[in-house]
Amino acid sequence: MSDRTLRGLTAIVGVADDVSPTGELERHGRRLEAAMVSEALADAGLTLADVDGICYAGMATGLAEYLGVHPRYVDGTMVGGSSYELHLEHAAAAIAAGLCEVVVSVYAATPRSDRRRGAGGQRGGPAFGGPNPMAEWEMPYGLAMPMGAYALAASRHMACYGTTSEQLAQIAVDTRRWAAMNPRARFRDPITIADVLASPMQASPLHLLDCCLVTDGAGAFVVTSAERAGDLAKPPIYVLGAATGSDHQMISQMPDLTTTAGARSGPAAFAMAGIKPDEVDLLMAYDSFTITALLHLEDLGFCPKGEGGAFAEDGKLGPGGSLPTNTNGGGLSYTHPGQYGMFLLVEAVRQLRGECGSRQVIDPQIGVAHGSGGVLSTMGTIVLGTGSTR
Amino acid sequence: MTKFFEPPISDSAIQFWDSTRERRLVLPWCAACEHPFWYPREVCPRCLGGPVEWREASGSGEVHAVSVQHRPGPMRDPAAGPYAVALVDLAEGVRIMTNIVGCEPDAATVGMAVRVTWEPLADGRHLAQFEPA
Ligand SMILES: [Zn+2]
Repeated sequence: MSDRTLRGLTAIVGVADDVSPTGELERHGRRLEAAMVSEALADAGLTLADVDGICYAGMATGLAEYLGVHPRYVDGTMVGGSSYELHLEHAAAAIAAGLCEVVVSVYAATPRSDRRRGAGGQRGGPAFGGPNPMAEWEMPYGLAMPMGAYALAASRHMACYGTTSEQLAQIAVDTRRWAAMNPRARFRDPITIADVLASPMQASPLHLLDCCLVTDGAGAFVVTSAERAGDLAKPPIYVLGAATGSDHQMISQMPDLTTTAGARSGPAAFAMAGIKPDEVDLLMAYDSFTITALLHLEDLGFCPKGEGGAFAEDGKLGPGGSLPTNTNGGGLSYTHPGQYGMFLLVEAVRQLRGECGSRQVIDPQIGVAHGSGGVLSTMGTIVLGTGSTR
Repeated sequence: MTKFFEPPISDSAIQFWDSTRERRLVLPWCAACEHPFWYPREVCPRCLGGPVEWREASGSGEVHAVSVQHRPGPMRDPAAGPYAVALVDLAEGVRIMTNIVGCEPDAATVGMAVRVTWEPLADGRHLAQFEPA
């Protein structure tokens, strides 16, 4: 697992995202996707004619056709929220192998404004193809999805390790402190631990403020070879490590409710990058719920298993802390259209470029984007670095 | 009577659901591995072989994780109030999703010993639920 073959061979050269403090976007569907592709390419100083690879969490050929792109690399990986970390991993490998040169991944979802348009929300329910054992073996029991699945993980973590609701709440509080510095964040008003505990219980032990938002949102990134990245519009942000771990689809099949497959993908990506957790300057760790972020802290090795609550307790994840985490305000306070993994990468790139204004972390060199898809099902860990780390 | 999302019957679970008509909890076992597995499928998830045999379960287990749903899930009646959804480790060694009934929802705790009880479904099948042992 210490294979370092992909280290520094590719770089993210363009990013874009569209998020509004109202939680709703004007554009939607293909038009919004096309806008994100266009903005990410412009950010890179590339054009559509340069694109020879398309990643899309769905039928990628439909998007390619709409854009008028005739790709030689197509990846339709759909694993929920971490699809974009997997897209980047796959694209980096494909570029390194010479299969293609410039790959774009794009995401757009507008569950909030879809309601207004009468299109129906897209959230919850089985969003995966194939047979659906969930209907037979889970849904009759009335688990509210997706929060109920995460609540079961939190229940087990509390029982095994004494993790408290206050410790989980601290994660929401620190994430909100970051959101206060992001003008596009949906929620920016400060909150306290007491506010989180007083918010309505959704699925015990998770309160409303332990849960991510439902907003519109869209984004894209462009990845290319390190050679080609060198003379584009922005400083390249190199892919230093990438790895996937997946161990179930339904929560009732999760091998260990307190340990995600990130305990495999994290160390593998760090080994590829040749880094240790204490070298990470910025952590973008998927926060669909507070428990999700807490599990990532442990599984990526920032603290031992079971100590995530105590680790987060002193506010070190927030502004001025030793492990700046979810600096855009996260899925908890910035945006969460359903598959949030795209925004982890976009923010990591912007922080490593130094483009984040008042919430800018001081001189970060190594950033980690760690996506979680399904119900703690599929983890994708990406280690990114500035030119100095390559 | 509680309203439930009516579970479909997959081809590999016909015997399971038929047994619930008699309030019998059975589990699929791989005759080659001599091991039970969950959920029911055509082949054993350890060896992709079989044959798969149905064996009577003891009906006892222990709560592995539990969450009280304050926002009702699929098909549940909001007026019925909060209810407990749990993962239960059966004595045979498989973990299943279920409801904990027969006590206040918040009284269901991790580690609690439970035993199976049956809730009728509209078509004569029963849903396996668990109550404090
Ligand atoms: Zn077997």
